[in-house]
Amino acid sequence: MTEKISEDQVKHVAGLAKLKIDDDQLPYFTTQLDKIIGLFETLSEVDTEGVEPTSSVTDQVNVMREDVAEDWHQQQALLDNAPDTQDGYIRTPTIIDESGENE
Amino acid sequence: MNYFNESLTSIHEKLAKKEISAKDLTQETLNNIQAVDGDINAFLTVDEASAVKDAEQIDQNGIDADNGLSGVPVAIKDNMLTKGMKTTAASKILENFTPMFDATAVEKLKSFGTVTLGKTNMDEFAMGGSTENSAFKVTHNPWDTTKVPGGSSGGSAAAVAAGEVLVALGSDTGGSIRQPASFNGVVGMKPTYGRVSRWGLIAFGSSLDQIGPITRNVQDNATVLNAIAGHDQHDLTSSTKEVPDFTSTLNKGVKGMRIGIPTEFMSQGLDDDVKQTVLDAADEFRKLGATVEEVSLPHTKYGVAAYYIISSSEASSNLQRFDGIRYGRRAKDVKNLEDLYVKSRSEGFGDEVKRRIMLGTFSLSAGFYDAYFKKAAQVRTLMNNDFAKVFKDFDLILAPTAPTPAYGIGEDVSDPMTMYMNDVLTLPVNLAGLPGMSIPAGFSNGLPVGVQLIGRPYDELSVYQAGNAFEQDTDFNQQTPKMGGTN
Repeated sequence: MTEKISEDQVKHVAGLAKLKIDDDQLPYFTTQLDKIIGLFETLSEVDTEGVEPTSSVTDQVNVMREDVAEDWHQQQALLDNAPDTQDGYIRTPTIIDESGENE
Repeated sequence: MNYFNESLTSIHEKLAKKEISAKDLTQETLNNIQAVDGDINAFLTVDEASAVKDAEQIDQNGIDADNGLSGVPVAIKDNMLTKGMKTTAASKILENFTPMFDATAVEKLKSFGTVTLGKTNMDEFAMGGSTENSAFKVTHNPWDTTKVPGGSSGGSAAAVAAGEVLVALGSDTGGSIRQPASFNGVVGMKPTYGRVSRWGLIAFGSSLDQIGPITRNVQDNATVLNAIAGHDQHDLTSSTKEVPDFTSTLNKGVKGMRIGIPTEFMSQGLDDDVKQTVLDAADEFRKLGATVEEVSLPHTKYGVAAYYIISSSEASSNLQRFDGIRYGRRAKDVKNLEDLYVKSRSEGFGDEVKRRIMLGTFSLSAGFYDAYFKKAAQVRTLMNNDFAKVFKDFDLILAPTAPTPAYGIGEDVSDPMTMYMNDVLTLPVNLAGLPGMSIPAGFSNGLPVGVQLIGRPYDELSVYQAGNAFEQDTDFNQQTPKMGGTN
């Protein structure tokens, strides 16, 4: 079987999607994705010369609304779902890596 | 109480005549769920306190004699937001998420006086066809508890089939209402894309997702769609088309209707009993006065590839929002923001969700976009043209819903390719945005088999009309499961 996607490519794609695949899981995911991408490639049999792509089948075109903010009065409920909050704000860890490991 | 021999009509009569109060009905329904659901595992959350409170409120307001949904307990698939009621999409990443508003479909249903009992199990983020991809539990098919209930709306379909509820909402991106309806011997409708608002439905494939009803019979299904359909300013793809009364043509029969059976849907890989069920259904429709002929949807064999590229691409984009910041699971011991994103997502998503995100990210990435995403979107056009051509001469399409009856728990889950191929008969309907409904039409070794009726865009009326004609002249939907011998 020709390889459609390599372990390195799987690692790269996972990185783009902010996922980490552990090394011991890599062969498992790579084999599966390779098979599925092989299926994807059967589309090359179809002549699509000059065919417009379909991205949506909605019957609505250019739906507009007034650009006004609505207050749903749900601040506390929103904050209750956040993993870490302080003084009505959502807290995140330090953005700058201070460990020096990922330089 | 169980709902095996009930319908919205019979329950409404009891409520309107005050033979039972909404509160007592809710309480008895909850007691039955308590007794039955240990074997089925249809529910992820049952909120007894809020259900009883809502039912009391309905009793206080009085049952509306003209509204068949007033006081009826319902179940909601766990990917629809329910205000104040935990909503997880069966994912660890949303394990502790409590929405601050209702999905529009849920809100509309509530405005008709339904009582939300709880949330049903599903494949994580609706990705799967057996409900085995749930992060929390495995749902069992009430007809044979060693079998899967189908998916991804497996909990909703099993809850209806097991007589736990009369009405459940599901969602359908590639067959997730119709296939479990087929596996469980119940009626499941995926309406036209845009018919029901997607606001508050946790997005999977935004150009494909639709919410729809799962019920014991066609009339109940049409009644529920009446309640949840219509334009919503919060979903800009929801249609402004007028919503007809979907029950208005139920009894008009199928005389003179032209029904097509796609040759490509009846070919290789189809279980013999399933094939025979469709042929028998065709004969039934002929008997009732319709003409049934073979038609062709020539691009069918490319559907699985096109669908998995498009739906995974949309999913990879939609699921970016789960980053551990504002809600959902946040990983511990992280060094920085990047680390927080990666760890939270890697711990929070299951394998199937990771696979789909990676397939989508790959299909959209630089250098591959034209060969994969764009190509799939072009094939989608060709598939949709195939349908449009058929619908010039035919009113409806009749087809098998799934290639096989329900299979064993654990049988398919290890091989995603097998799982994906099982969607071949349902996903073309999503790509084209058409209405499609699965109705019970036969049995294979004691397991239900459904057939699918597919209509023109926004012509749910014809789908319901034909479905009801079939149901009235057959008794497949009156059979009830033994639930692994417990009934």
